Amino acid sequence: MNTDSLPRAFMVLVRRDLVLAIRHRAEIANPLLFFILVTSLFPLGIGANPKLLVAVGPGIIWVAALLASLLSLDSVFRSDFDDGSLEQYLLSSHPVSVLVLAKIIAHWLITGLPLLLVSPLLGILLGLPSEAIQVLFITLLLGTPVLSLIGAVGVALTVGLRKGGMILSLLVLPLYIPLLIFAAGAVDSAAAGLPVTAHLSLIAALLVLALSLSPFATAAALRVSLS
Amino acid sequence: MADTGTNPICLEARALECVRDDRTLFHDLDFRLDPGQALVLEGRNGSGKTSLLRILCGIRLPDAGSVNWNGSDIARLGADYLQHIAWVGHRDGMKLDLTPRENLAMARALGRPNDIGLDAALDRVELGGFEDVPTRNLSAGQQRRLALARLLVTDTTLWLLDEPFTSLDVHGILVIEQLLERHTARGGMLAVTSHHAVNLHDTPVQRINLSA
Repeated sequence: MNTDSLPRAFMVLVRRDLVLAIRHRAEIANPLLFFILVTSLFPLGIGANPKLLVAVGPGIIWVAALLASLLSLDSVFRSDFDDGSLEQYLLSSHPVSVLVLAKIIAHWLITGLPLLLVSPLLGILLGLPSEAIQVLFITLLLGTPVLSLIGAVGVALTVGLRKGGMILSLLVLPLYIPLLIFAAGAVDSAAAGLPVTAHLSLIAALLVLALSLSPFATAAALRVSLS
Repeated sequence: MADTGTNPICLEARALECVRDDRTLFHDLDFRLDPGQALVLEGRNGSGKTSLLRILCGIRLPDAGSVNWNGSDIARLGADYLQHIAWVGHRDGMKLDLTPRENLAMARALGRPNDIGLDAALDRVELGGFEDVPTRNLSAGQQRRLALARLLVTDTTLWLLDEPFTSLDVHGILVIEQLLERHTARGGMLAVTSHHAVNLHDTPVQRINLSA
């Protein structure tokens, strides 16, 4: 019985978080709006010189995506911690790491996927060449799940603290930096017409690494936070 | 699970100690809980009732001693212990933006489902007719009863309840007491903290006073 009830628990948990997000639309809209606003304010701030925008565009989009993701991170476990649901996950007979992965996937669908979908538009807004926009899309596709996965570990560690926001940023941002470097580098190379396979492979490797380690680290951190 | 034939089901605490902020809340605490029995934890605020319950369900580690289920340490049993217990803490663990039915569906998916329907479980705690109302719109007592309805939708032996009667009215308390009594009558076990009197007439009750 336990074998088929685990995928069921996984699906129920993902679906529940999506339903909650739809009933609480601000959770989806906030990071997305932040992402769009920050990116579209830059041309106004630094001048609409097309050459300049193509040069800084990939970096701007990626930094905005990273900060938007950071902004929404706390919601992965905050409400579950406050209302006691987190205790129920830890006391479930299912492996906590699998439930945590369901939470992270739901979080990515709610906050990462919308960013991914509007990113080509922002690429056009900044005047990036079409090859660069394609690569930007691929880097975000591979990279935003990494943001959620790494972020979840940080949130799990800080969820028990009353004012954990500051520590969360300090914990998580350094871990985001390699991703930022490779991703912005990939889009830059694409804009310059250079090959990007190496960059993309590295980002994919980061994704696989985060996917395989983060659920366990997050589960362990949650245990610490709750005990 | 397989070894329940050789060892009778029981929950045993051995020389438990709990230290919080350099204060020893309790030490050398021993007790044994058998099927059909209830354990009622008493004591003043801050005497460690909740901490003891959290140790019994494994969220918190004891500072000394061990909790054994059928003779094995629960820290080592992991999911083999967790599948037998249900915990209702003083936070309800319910999402206010979901309906009672959706909340119970989640609770059921997290444990071993039994064959009681979700609506039947809601009826048992007298929340029939509120299945599709957002939990946010329920009164505090109704939300508490919903949290306790979670006990009914999974197949568990040991119920760990932290102040189950909080914000319940006299009738609500009666309903929940009947629920608890029915659980022990069927061989279930119960560990409860409460500063209300817990009236279980047909259940052998062990009382531990932590401030004594």
